[in-house]
Amino acid sequence: MRSWIAALAALLCLGAAPGPRPVAQDVVLAETPAPRLADYRLFLDAAGRRPNAGLTPYALNTPLFTDYAEKFRYLYLPPGTKARYRAQGALEFPVGAVLVKTFAYPADLRRPAEDVRYLETRLLIRKANGWIALAYVWNAEQTDAVLKRAGARLDVRFIDAQGQPRQVDYAVPNQNQCKECHQLDKQVAPIGPKAQNLNGDFAYPDGQRNQLAHWTKAGLLAGAPPPGAAPRAARWDDPAEPLEARARAYLDANCAHCHNPRGIASNSGLFLDLGETRRAALGVGKGPVAAGRGAGNLKVSIEPGHPEASILAYRMASTEPGVMMPELGRSMVHEEGLALIEDYIRRMPPQ
Amino acid sequence: MIRFATALLAASALVGAAEARTLSVSPGPDAQERIQTALLDAKPGDIVKLAAGRYELSDGLSLDVDQVTVKGAGPDATILSFKGQKGAGEGLLVTSDRVTLRDFAVEDTRGDGVKSKGSDQISFLNLRVEWTNGPNEKNGAYGVYPVSSTNVLIDKVTVRGASDAGIYVGQSKNIVVKNSRAEFNVAGIEIENSMNADVFDNVATRNTGGILVFDLPNLPQMGGHSTRLFRNKVVQNDTANFAPKGNIVAGVPVGTGIMVMANRNVHVFENEIDGNQSAAVMLVSYTQTFDDKTYNPLPRDIVVRNNRIGKNGYDAKFAGAEILAKELGGVIPPIMWDGVTQHAQNADPVRVRLIDGPVLNLNLAAPGALMSAKPAVVDRLGDAVLAEPKPVSLPKPQADLGA
Repeated sequence: MRSWIAALAALLCLGAAPGPRPVAQDVVLAETPAPRLADYRLFLDAAGRRPNAGLTPYALNTPLFTDYAEKFRYLYLPPGTKARYRAQGALEFPVGAVLVKTFAYPADLRRPAEDVRYLETRLLIRKANGWIALAYVWNAEQTDAVLKRAGARLDVRFIDAQGQPRQVDYAVPNQNQCKECHQLDKQVAPIGPKAQNLNGDFAYPDGQRNQLAHWTKAGLLAGAPPPGAAPRAARWDDPAEPLEARARAYLDANCAHCHNPRGIASNSGLFLDLGETRRAALGVGKGPVAAGRGAGNLKVSIEPGHPEASILAYRMASTEPGVMMPELGRSMVHEEGLALIEDYIRRMPPQ
Repeated sequence: MIRFATALLAASALVGAAEARTLSVSPGPDAQERIQTALLDAKPGDIVKLAAGRYELSDGLSLDVDQVTVKGAGPDATILSFKGQKGAGEGLLVTSDRVTLRDFAVEDTRGDGVKSKGSDQISFLNLRVEWTNGPNEKNGAYGVYPVSSTNVLIDKVTVRGASDAGIYVGQSKNIVVKNSRAEFNVAGIEIENSMNADVFDNVATRNTGGILVFDLPNLPQMGGHSTRLFRNKVVQNDTANFAPKGNIVAGVPVGTGIMVMANRNVHVFENEIDGNQSAAVMLVSYTQTFDDKTYNPLPRDIVVRNNRIGKNGYDAKFAGAEILAKELGGVIPPIMWDGVTQHAQNADPVRVRLIDGPVLNLNLAAPGALMSAKPAVVDRLGDAVLAEPKPVSLPKPQADLGA
C-alpha cells in the first residue's frame, strides 16, 4: 500500500517536471568531507559549469596570482541566511555558507572563453565550529572532481597573452597548505571576500553593478553601507588608479594573508596588509630576519628608489623554492605584478 | 544479555578511541602523497611511523594535528630527501601542539629543514638535518627551526650545512637544547628574540660561529632574556662565513666561539671553548640602524665564568681586528666586550661579570662606533651579582621524552 503511494507520488513528480535538486545542505554540513564535488550539488552539470540556485558569482578587485590561472568564484548561502558586513577583514558568513573557487586554464589566454580546462575546485565551508578548506581535482574528461587532501601536481600547458607556449607544474595545495594561507590566529578563515575587495562592479547577466550593492539588494548581505562609504581596494591592473594604491592592493592580496600580525608569517615582522602604516613593518629599510638565501645578498625588504636592492622584488622574481614568495600558490613569475611592485619601490620617496 | 554485550562494545569502543593508532608509511612511489595523507589522517595520540629507507619528496610536508608523534627508524635509517623539492619554504612544517618528531633525517631541503610555527610542546629528538653537499650559500637557512613556539625540546639532533643557523630557536619561550651537534653551518646554535633557554651538553664545531644569542628589532617578540649556555663544547669553528649577505649572521666573523648580541641575562659557564680564531666569547651591540622605540640594542646582565678556555683569538677576522691585535701583542683576549654601557633609547643598567679573563673592553661610545674605541685589557671585568636564571622546566610528558 505504502509503496504504491510512493510510486504514484514519484510518477506525479515526473509529470510535474521537477526543478533541479537544491544544493545538498546535509552534505555541506556533514562531518566528513564528500569524496566528490558533485555530492554537494553546487552545480547543475557534471562539468561544473552551471551553478545551482543559491550560488552567486563574484570577483575581487585585486586577486591572488596563481600561475595565470583563471578563477571562477561563487558564494553559496543557505536559503534565508545572509552574510554580515564588516569593514575590516572578511565578511561574516553564516553556518552552511560555501565559498567556491574553480581554477582553470583556457588553451590560449588570448581567447579566455574557449577550450577551458578545469583543474581544481576549492571549497571553503563554514561549519558550525569554523571553516574547513577542501580541494577537488577535475579528471581529464572534465566530468568529475574528486577530493585530494594531500595535494597534487598537474601538468598544464597553455598559450600566454603574448602568444608564447607555457608549461606549469601546477600545484594543488594539501589541506594544511590551504590553511597556511587561509588562517587568522591559527583558525581557517576566508581571505578574498573582504568588503574592500568586493567593492567593485561585476557583470551580472542583466547588467553591470557594484557587488556590495547587488548582494544587499539580493538579500545576501546585511549591514553594508552604500559602496561609496565602504573601503575599497584598488584594481592592481587599472593604470587609471594611483600607483601606490594599486601596489598596496596587490601586496594585500598576494602577501598579506601570511604577512599580517595574525598570519603564519607573523614572526617575520613584515606586514603587508592594506591597514598597515608603519614604514618598517611595510619593509622600508627593514633587514631580513629568517629569509636565509631568500634575501639574495640584499640588505632590506624595500630600499626606496631601488627595486634591484629590495628583497621584496627579488623574491617575487624568483621561482626557486626557499627563495620565491609567495611560498605557495605559484611556480611562475607574475611579470606584470612584479613590474608594478618594482615601479612602486622605484618611485617611493627616500626615507 | 544483549544489553550487556552492547555495554561491553561501547566500553571497548571508548578504549579504542583513546588508544594510540600507528599509521605506517614505507618508502616507494608516491611517498609524498602517502606521508602527507598520514599526517592529515593522524588523530591526537597517533604515531606516524616512517619505515627505514629513503623517501624522495617533491614538495613540503606539513602536520597540523595536536599530539602526534612522527617517528622514523633512526637518523641514518629513515631519510626524507627533498633534493627534488618543487615548492614550499621548508621540508616539514608543524603548526600544532604537543608534537614529537624523532628518529629520522631530513636532507637537502630547498628552504628550511624542519620548522614549527606557533607550537606548544614541540620536541625534536634524535633527528639529523643535513645539506649533503656541505657548506654552500645555496643551502637552506635553518636546519631545526622552532619559531613563535613555547616549550621547545631539541635533544640529540645533528645539523650540518645550514646557510644561517643549524639549530635556530626564534621568538620562542621555555627552551631546552641539549646533547646536539651542529657542524659546518654558519651559526651552529642560535637563540634569537627568545626567553628562558637552557643550551647545554652540545657540540658546536666547524661552524663559522658556535653558539649565538641575539635579539633583533622590529619583531613581534623582542626583549630576549634569560639564557644559560653551559657544558657545551664550542671548538674549532673555522668554516668561512657562507651566509647570504643581509642576514644578520653574515656579520659573524669566522672563528667566533660564543656571541651574545643585544640580549639580557645571559650566563655562559663551564663550556669548553677552544680553537676559535676570532674570539672565545664576544659581547656586542646591534649596530645597524633601526626604527623601533622599544628595542634595546645592548648586551646586558652578562655572566661569563668557569669556562675552560683554550687557544682562541689568534687570527681574528672582525673589522679592525688586525690593528687591534697588533696593539695587544698579536692575540685577541678570549673575552671581548664592545663596552657600550648606555643607549639613549633604553635606560636598562648594563651589568657584567666576566671572570674568565683576560677581558678586552673596547669601551665604545656607541654601538659599532669603532673609531671611538679605547681598548683596555683587564684580568676580569665587573663584579655585578647577577642571579642565574632558574633551570628551564618543561611540562612533564615532554621532559620525560628528553630524560
